[in-house]
Amino acid sequence: MHNPQLNSDGQLSHLLTIEGLPPRILTQILDTAASFMEVSTRDVKKVPLLRGKSVFNLFFENSTRTRTTFEIAAKRLSADVINLDINRSSTAKGETLLDTIDNLCAMHANLFVVRHAASGAPYLIAEHLRRIGRDDVHVVNAGDGRHAHPTQGLLDMYTIRHYKKDFTQLCVAVVGDILHSRVARSDIHALTSLGVPEIRAIGPETLLPKHLDKLGAHVFHDMNEGLKDCDVIIMLRLQNERMNGALLPSAGEYFRHFGLTPQKLALAKPDAIVMHPGPMNRGVEIHSAVADGPQAVILPQVTFGIAVRMAVMSIVAGN
Amino acid sequence: MNLEIRNGRLIDPQHGTDSRASLFISGDRIAALDQAPAGFATDRVIDASGYVVCPGLIDLGARLNSIEAELAAAVAGGVTAVVVPPDADPPLDEPELADRLVHRGAEIGKARVLPLGALTLGLKGERLAELAGLKKAGCVAFSQATQPVVDTEALLRAMEYAASFDFAVWLQPQDYWLARNGIAHEGEVANRLGLSGIPVAAETIAIATMLQLARDTGCRVHLTRLSTAAGAAQVAAAQAEGLPVSCDIGIHHLLLTENDIGFFNPHARFAPPLRSQRDRQALSDAAANGLAAICSDHTPLGADDKLLPFGEAKPGATGLELLLPLTLKWAAAAGLALPQALARITSAPAAIIGRPLAGLVPGAVADLCIFDPTAEWQVNPDNLKSRGKNSPWLGHMLTGKTQATLVNGRVVFADRDF
Repeated sequence: MHNPQLNSDGQLSHLLTIEGLPPRILTQILDTAASFMEVSTRDVKKVPLLRGKSVFNLFFENSTRTRTTFEIAAKRLSADVINLDINRSSTAKGETLLDTIDNLCAMHANLFVVRHAASGAPYLIAEHLRRIGRDDVHVVNAGDGRHAHPTQGLLDMYTIRHYKKDFTQLCVAVVGDILHSRVARSDIHALTSLGVPEIRAIGPETLLPKHLDKLGAHVFHDMNEGLKDCDVIIMLRLQNERMNGALLPSAGEYFRHFGLTPQKLALAKPDAIVMHPGPMNRGVEIHSAVADGPQAVILPQVTFGIAVRMAVMSIVAGN
Repeated sequence: MNLEIRNGRLIDPQHGTDSRASLFISGDRIAALDQAPAGFATDRVIDASGYVVCPGLIDLGARLNSIEAELAAAVAGGVTAVVVPPDADPPLDEPELADRLVHRGAEIGKARVLPLGALTLGLKGERLAELAGLKKAGCVAFSQATQPVVDTEALLRAMEYAASFDFAVWLQPQDYWLARNGIAHEGEVANRLGLSGIPVAAETIAIATMLQLARDTGCRVHLTRLSTAAGAAQVAAAQAEGLPVSCDIGIHHLLLTENDIGFFNPHARFAPPLRSQRDRQALSDAAANGLAAICSDHTPLGADDKLLPFGEAKPGATGLELLLPLTLKWAAAAGLALPQALARITSAPAAIIGRPLAGLVPGAVADLCIFDPTAEWQVNPDNLKSRGKNSPWLGHMLTGKTQATLVNGRVVFADRDF
């Protein structure tokens, strides 16, 4: 099948999903990110790779954190950054998504960072750009519906590689609301592409998508069993609106069975790392003693995230 | 007007005709086959050498958003009668609306318009519409289109009421609660793409309810647009039991699966959703062995309705002009002979709407489709008469093209001058 994120030379022109990306591209992004890590420690935290380019942050769904990290990453690449909070502007006046894109292209946009509540929205934009012959404009998916959050997936891979070096011996557990999580989908695709032999999905059946085995994950309903001898634990955020209702009876019962406590963490390997895409619900999916404990690498994830987003933007804009 | 359709391959699935012969039409009816009747003075000859001549296609589901264009599309596709679901704007829930639609159709004088009346007012699934009045105005049966009757008691009463008049009720089986948030088949593809799923149980639970109520009320039920293997098995079992139940399948569900969504192709969004390969195969078997009729489920949409993320795009595809070539494509893949394939879009739907098919026999009304079974053509917006250019087949080559269509003995469409 035609892969809309690669150009005719097989190079990354948009980043829409991790699924189907060759491992060489994943590794290229991680290696490039590593080279940017040093930039953030300089007095002048800038490289001129995107000087004169315009990066539009198109957030059709609110997210201060992700938008901020993209903004910082683009600024460290010397790009001009324009933040558009579309919720409150054009779509409210009836302008369609593609009208918005046409208008911004007319303002000479070079790169769109897109967050949208509908799965697949960044594909629609990339396909539209192809149709109107704008190969020079690139799209980076910053989270679409439940589908994908590829830069989060990549920064998670960066984090794992940083602490564990080799992917091919690892056991990685993803815990929580996988059904609604674009992060989990991107992580699972990245982990399989990079050769992780054991991926576990832990949660109650109401929060797990069907056919997870087809993605290469083993399902566990019992967290104690699922965490046994894991090297990496990726905790997922439980959205407030899902805490009491048809999916779960209460946040308390969820925490008792699927919250990461020091006791449960002890079942994993002694050097296991604990990750979380943020923002955390302390006392719901994770105990504060774990979140603030020595095995948590949640803040380094944020730091790595900027380097990874710099890498992604510089690579797609260069292709 | 005396018309001779010369030397075509005459296929009439109902009467078992399949022979090369000429057909003689006098006025609105077929006068004779093979030999002209005594004293027949031919006014016009249509040379059908190399073409198939068959009864006009009957489409069990076609929305006529802009009625002139869509009826022109119907006859361009060899369709001589269209069953119109009641989910127009406004819904077809009053006799005057049905009356107006039927008259407008007759005035346009292309394909016959056979409306389905709304079963409930506004298709809301609460209060009964005036079924007898709608019937008198020309409705062939009653339906909710894709709208549910959430209240099971309301459905029971509607079926009891319909049964008192021996009216048929057409229902699209989909459990409201299981389907309300879903946009794609709950399977591998929806999971991978992060699309919320509609489980198979949404269909089977609804069918189980509908069949039980059919059993209790004696109401004749036609289930529209089956999408699952399990649903087809339920209908087969109900027919074996002797329940008055029939069903149809949209042509796209015989050819496409969830995998055709690819990277969020909005043209692959349907209601009910495209399902798994196993479902498609079972539906194909059901159509091939005569359990189900095939329809186009013609849903013409504007370009903007599909230029949206998958879950926001409207479901459905244009179909009137593709029903014949897509049925031929399906039949070729299923290894079905042409007469059996044509039965699914002529005699089978005729039986479902309870009108004897105007076959290729002397005295029958001349509603005919003449098509070239080998002509290849490319589907593109310019060669579709329908206002709806929305199709997963855009750019594809299809085989089988209507050359001429007759309704009431009149040539209402001709691809070229004969």
